[in-house]
Amino acid sequence: MNNLKKAFENGKAFIPFITAGDPDLETTEKLIYAMAENGADLIELGIPFSDPVAEGDTIQKADMRALSAGTTTDKIFGLVLKAREKCDVPIAFMTYANVVFGYGADIFFEKCKKCGICALILPDIPFEEKNEFAIQAKNNDVKLISFIAPTSHERIKMISKSAEGFIYCVSSLGVTGVRSNITTDINSMIKLAKSVTDIPCCVGFGISTPEQAKEISSYSDGVIVGSAIVKIIEKYGTDSIKYVSEYVKEMKESIK
Amino acid sequence: MNNGRFGIHGGQYIPETLMNAVIELEQAYNKYKNDPDFIAELDDLYRNYAGRPSLLYYAEKMTKNLGGAKIYLKREDLNHTGSHKINNVLGQILLAKRMGKTRVIAETGAGQHGVATATVAALMGMECEIFMGMVDCERQALNVYRMKLLGAKVHPVTSGTMTLKDAVNETMREWTSHIENTHYVLGSVMGPHPFPTIVRDFQSVISREIKAQLMEREHKLPDAVVACVGGGSNAMGAFYEFIKDESVKLIGCEAAGKGADTEQNAATIANGRLGIFHGMKSYFCQDKNGQIAPVYSISAGLDYPGIGPEHANLHDTGRAQYVPITDDEAVEAFEYLSRTEGIIPAIESSHAVAYAMKLAPKMSKDEIIVVNLSGRGDKDVAAIARYKGENLYE
Repeated sequence: MNNLKKAFENGKAFIPFITAGDPDLETTEKLIYAMAENGADLIELGIPFSDPVAEGDTIQKADMRALSAGTTTDKIFGLVLKAREKCDVPIAFMTYANVVFGYGADIFFEKCKKCGICALILPDIPFEEKNEFAIQAKNNDVKLISFIAPTSHERIKMISKSAEGFIYCVSSLGVTGVRSNITTDINSMIKLAKSVTDIPCCVGFGISTPEQAKEISSYSDGVIVGSAIVKIIEKYGTDSIKYVSEYVKEMKESIK
Repeated sequence: MNNGRFGIHGGQYIPETLMNAVIELEQAYNKYKNDPDFIAELDDLYRNYAGRPSLLYYAEKMTKNLGGAKIYLKREDLNHTGSHKINNVLGQILLAKRMGKTRVIAETGAGQHGVATATVAALMGMECEIFMGMVDCERQALNVYRMKLLGAKVHPVTSGTMTLKDAVNETMREWTSHIENTHYVLGSVMGPHPFPTIVRDFQSVISREIKAQLMEREHKLPDAVVACVGGGSNAMGAFYEFIKDESVKLIGCEAAGKGADTEQNAATIANGRLGIFHGMKSYFCQDKNGQIAPVYSISAGLDYPGIGPEHANLHDTGRAQYVPITDDEAVEAFEYLSRTEGIIPAIESSHAVAYAMKLAPKMSKDEIIVVNLSGRGDKDVAAIARYKGENLYE
């Protein structure tokens, strides 16, 4: 059973992102439990890619740390399968098209189903290419997440109409990374999406503070935070569990 | 909607943030490509700024020395800025101006595309920023300074392998941040649709000229056209007009570095497999997990783990053939052409010269090979000297 809906049953959703294998898979496993315990409603787990073009400096470095540590797609599937014995938090994978394609899309999605992965987020698969993996995703009950961006304008309705799971609303131009100011009229983007769909809209890119999260959650269904957490992991490495737990707790509190 | 497919290759595998920009570009291109004013302005720039048509030179000494097919060199190295890159850059920046853009950005490998972009940006009064891998900045230091001299800002890219692929990553990231006023002048027949088509169209002037020039001289088509392939823009330009002429063999020369069967090469057709990267589906050097492989070539311009989607399709259909050429073979050709014809070719183009040297003796004297000499070798002289162990007092 796809458990993505569970992510939106506890008020506004807090969705933390971490790169699997950064700095090692043991730490990733502990972080999954810790973030779930401290209020993460959905965990976005990044499968590292050699060339993450949608990522800013922070997550690029995390991907490099994970790959240098020998992280592979198979090891990540193994990790999620193991984590599933102790924890039923919804988990989505975030990665790039070639990681799925290169592994073999059929097997990739079958394994996702086996591990209880509820959704797949691929920033380099826009609306025009969504048929690339649509059949495999459907057959294995994995939601393919659609993006809307500040440049999407008239595309928002078209994208939202056929979106599933939730809509990933990109807060700003550019790549992932902490921003002190988010100036996009996200509220209007979400209103446009909501005029054609009932699925939740979550906002990501640039969010790091409880204040930003609180404001954005007032007109969205959830906030996605990546770089701010990855920075904590970059700083504390294998000792980051405590600090990430505190951060996740504070962020979830701010949007309740 | 076919989203620019060449067989199964091509497409638009890019973040949503960029989608409207590529759609806008496609619309503008479709509007202007047949516009008489646009065509006239581009033609005037080709003629009076870039120095087109470029010569089709009969390499008589080389032909006699090799003892087989007649060899003609298409002298793209004589274009302004020293390579074929100017053909595409003039077209794209003219288009960007029509689109109201005030700033251009570009990736560069050997620096030839960066220099061409900086040059045309200077001419047309556009702001210009170039992204170049740190490794390439070092091995092509002269081109870095040329770009600065032309008023461009050069960003050394320190992520990944610090070569062309990483320069493309960084330029794409920059484009998503400044999409409103900025045009990405992509330098090869790669990336998301419509770039492979636009770049091919602007470069196809090469094969149109070859055809006309050879008809005038020899009253026939060539038997083979040989060009080097990284992303594949000079090869696509040299092939395009001949695709429908099935008697003409089309041969792309890939960089095999230290050998196509070693760890250190950039021979995508020989060693790559189907994948999705840099906005397109095509062949890429990658590992079993879909991680893009770190590639290697002595030539910064061919040091790229992928190949343009139209080439991938020409390979699938068998219309074109792709052969690996090693560093050693390319360097030998670099020296050979310098000594034999008094022409110093770019190390990229030397890969094509190297294959012509293998091919010509196997062909008869009434057959014709055209080698696309995509760029001049001044930029490579220092690096080749180092490769040969020469002492340079710089």
